[in-house]
Amino acid sequence: MPPEATTAEPWAPAVERALAAHKTRPGALLPILHEIQHALGYVPPAAVPVIADALNLSRAEVHGVVTFYHEFREQAPGRHVVKICLAEACQSLGCEELLAHAKARLGVELHGTTADGAITLEPVYCLGNCMLSPSLMADGEIHGRVTPQSFDRLTAELREAR
Amino acid sequence: MSTRVFIPRDSGALSVGAEKVARAIATEAAVRNLPVTIVRNGSRGLYWLEPLVEVETPAGRVAYGPVSAADVPALFEAGFLTGGRHGLNLGLTEEIPFLKKQERLTCARVGITDPVSVADYEAHGGYRGLRNAIRMEPAAIVEQVTQSGLRGRGGAAFPTGIKWKTVLGATGDQKYVVCNADEGDSGTFSDRMIMEGDPLVLVEGMTIAALAVGAAQGYIYSRSEYPHAIAALTEAIQGAYRAGFLGPDILGSGKRFDLEVRVGAGAYVCGEETALLESLEGKRGVVRYKPPLPAIEGLFGKPTVINNVISLASVPIILDRGAAYYRDYGMGRSRGTLPIQLAGNIRHGGLVEKAFGVTVRELLYDYGGGTLTGRPIRAVQVGGPLGAYLPESQFDTPLDYEAFVAINAMVGHGGIVVFDDTVDMAKQARWAMEFCAIESCGKCTPCRIGSTRGVEVLDKVMAGQDREANVALTRDLCNTMLYGSLCALGGMTPYPVLSALNHFPDDFGLPAAEPAAAAR
Repeated sequence: MPPEATTAEPWAPAVERALAAHKTRPGALLPILHEIQHALGYVPPAAVPVIADALNLSRAEVHGVVTFYHEFREQAPGRHVVKICLAEACQSLGCEELLAHAKARLGVELHGTTADGAITLEPVYCLGNCMLSPSLMADGEIHGRVTPQSFDRLTAELREAR
Repeated sequence: MSTRVFIPRDSGALSVGAEKVARAIATEAAVRNLPVTIVRNGSRGLYWLEPLVEVETPAGRVAYGPVSAADVPALFEAGFLTGGRHGLNLGLTEEIPFLKKQERLTCARVGITDPVSVADYEAHGGYRGLRNAIRMEPAAIVEQVTQSGLRGRGGAAFPTGIKWKTVLGATGDQKYVVCNADEGDSGTFSDRMIMEGDPLVLVEGMTIAALAVGAAQGYIYSRSEYPHAIAALTEAIQGAYRAGFLGPDILGSGKRFDLEVRVGAGAYVCGEETALLESLEGKRGVVRYKPPLPAIEGLFGKPTVINNVISLASVPIILDRGAAYYRDYGMGRSRGTLPIQLAGNIRHGGLVEKAFGVTVRELLYDYGGGTLTGRPIRAVQVGGPLGAYLPESQFDTPLDYEAFVAINAMVGHGGIVVFDDTVDMAKQARWAMEFCAIESCGKCTPCRIGSTRGVEVLDKVMAGQDREANVALTRDLCNTMLYGSLCALGGMTPYPVLSALNHFPDDFGLPAAEPAAAAR
């Protein structure tokens, strides 16, 4: 693939920056994917050949890594990402009810994004906050002892923050 | 003189508002023109009291908690900067019974020091182990660790000294020290507390490991779900470089050790050591066949020490105080202490570091204070999602690797998740299979296919469809997974399933089991 074909893509600068920063490190692929996702919110499937080429890997290998790890997304998420912990400790204090509330309030299933594009709802299996269950992570910040009421307050704040 | 006020930067404390409290205290102090130095420490591990704010007084550190930002003006009015009386005043932190009864060796500094300050770390006994180790022959360091009786705290309980000896004896132009900080087990957070609350003890432990086996490069593989741990580690490592504890010439010895943090991407199976190594190499986290052991052919095919956070963080005190000091704690073949984590439906959740031998019952009631909901405890899961569920009749089991094996359970990473009497154990058994299906790396059939078939057959049991036959099928499937899986994910998923079946047959619509059947 000629490089000119990709530079016009809106994601190209972020991908180039990630490759430049990490490609000579041993085991560079995960750091590269993290940086791309940090910049763009997802790893564009069209970037896979570019990454593969830079690391001298096959496209299948890069695609395999992107899709193996739960964290990496292939589509852009909403403006905010809320991850509800569904593991055992949070189960013991009703995370299933919290999840049901969240789905109903946001009108989405897991991995879905609200109609206004504000919030993507995802599952997570343990945030290490098991002594203050139920827990969730909103844009990288952990919240403990979450109730339906505090969930509603939080999502309202996220929407306001845009 | 400025008063030192401690407000945790621990993510558990932050999850209930520590950041807002820190801002409120800084603002209120400025308004009142009172000189205050805020230290962002780790958590003491008394999470039901978080945000726990401590004030340094001539008598010692006085604790207030749980503090909300709204409490802050009243705390100033009550003179909390001098330990004044207030409804939230808990007295001297060290005298709080939950903390006072503990034996904190590995987590000795967590919650006390500024986690990212090398000077504070040294002032509290840090780097004494490394200073001893640097004068020792590598074999002598390995011998100290072997003599201490330290076993892998990640769950497998393999003797750490033996692992190190294998790497020391392996030939290679490059060797690695890898820290498994992929703490994915629900109900565990001690690795996180070390990384956020005393990251330098991990850095020191890894540096000692590097000296012991002749490694020049180390990696800490942490979880992406732990952003605060990653931040604290990164800052601590930078400090260690600046102070000459990492880099080309450690403490003027001419020995090099470089260390960096790598971040996982939400795959539970990467807590399995060979999957972790694959992931570090930039690949899918697929489990490797063993042999070869990582000690012989590990990261990038080179001899590699791979240990859990707590194992490595326990090394500095062993090299500081000597193997005998550490070995004198514990029972049987479980030597030293274990940072135990009380989680789930528990009134006093948090960290309890105790010598091996403390019973589950003491932990649940004397420390934990029963359930948060106030209902009776029905079951506890020890050792994460692959650990057995224990009924009340097994609560007198001591925390000891062998005692747990004897009841078909495992200590694992020392997490205890508590459930009250509203729990449906058939649902929990089904969840164990479902989680295995979500997280299986896909390499071996018993795990990849068995977990999905397990969900289906348990659905039939729960629906009352041909129940006896489907329970027999579940047991048969568990047997295949136990003996036929490549790693602990498929190999131990049967533990929660079988323990739920054996100890809580009612929940599966089965008659109460004969004692002989329950032992199977």
